[in-house]
Amino acid sequence: MDFTEDQIQRYSRHILLQDVGVEGQEKISNGKVLIVGAGGLGAPVALYLAAAGVGTIGIIDGDVVDLSNLQRQVIHFTPDVNKPKVISAKEKINLLNPDVKVNTYYDLLTAANALEIIKDYDFIVDGTDNFPVKFLINDACVKAGKPFSHGGILRFDGQAITVLPGTTACYRCVFHSPPPANAVPTCSEAGVLGAIAGILGTIQATEVLKYLTGVGNLLTDRLLTFNAKTMEFRNIKVKHNHKCQVCGDHPTITELVDYEQATCEIKTNH
Amino acid sequence: MLTTIAKIMGSILVNGKAQEVELPVSLIELIKKNNVEQPEMVSIQINGEFVDRSAFETTQINDNDEVDFLYFMGGGSRC
Repeated sequence: MDFTEDQIQRYSRHILLQDVGVEGQEKISNGKVLIVGAGGLGAPVALYLAAAGVGTIGIIDGDVVDLSNLQRQVIHFTPDVNKPKVISAKEKINLLNPDVKVNTYYDLLTAANALEIIKDYDFIVDGTDNFPVKFLINDACVKAGKPFSHGGILRFDGQAITVLPGTTACYRCVFHSPPPANAVPTCSEAGVLGAIAGILGTIQATEVLKYLTGVGNLLTDRLLTFNAKTMEFRNIKVKHNHKCQVCGDHPTITELVDYEQATCEIKTNH
Repeated sequence: MLTTIAKIMGSILVNGKAQEVELPVSLIELIKKNNVEQPEMVSIQINGEFVDRSAFETTQINDNDEVDFLYFMGGGSRC
């Protein structure tokens, strides 16, 4: 890839980094990253990856912008209220960096479309707020061998882990199975300090750029947790769980499942 | 003859922080002691090994154990 003079100027602070350089910037520019959810986490991830010049950014989200989103979802502005989040996000990315190709999916990620959508990407970012989809992303990525970053935030806390399927502990190795519906509050119910989304999202964006460039050690086999009240960060070592239902010695999950939909199906069948 | 069993104090790490506990103590008692609101919503490892949720009641904590409570955390966008 030959960079234009403008591109060399645009990416000069990356190119200056000894660990990145022109070669690393080329890897970033050739990178294809899918962001699931254009909300609190997806917003900073999308902005930083766009600024970094990631070649292709896919964004999937089935929601429209709500006024209550703007406290933390920094890619959406006041005039975007009621606009599909994927369109609002695409518009900002195009303005920030016309080098980036943006694919939008105005849809929910489901067991039916997950493998088809993720197959074209090098890395997946989980920026979703609910556990059925978090487990779906995990299982789809493990099945497809796609690396991904899990991120979660609630109130004043955040957590992240990067998963390299087949090599490192997956989300299910640590959390086993989704909690019962509504047992764990979501941000929409319990609240979240807006800036926490920025802290966690930029950690996820950093992991993407590290993965694409091969720089440093990824956040694998350790769960990063932080609490904003104390500003304490902690790395908890975790390891591949041999009993894991999706990547353990005897996996029992061979097909992707929409947990909430599966429950509905059982109800209608009986 | 006295048959009272003396409580032994043990020192463990809970989420990286030192905690003094009376031994013997079961994992479920430790969960209560640490005010985990919903024990079914936490993943637990002891000395780096995950504990099956079904074994929370029967698992005993030993002196110098490192216990990590890992909480489910959502956030982000409905998708």
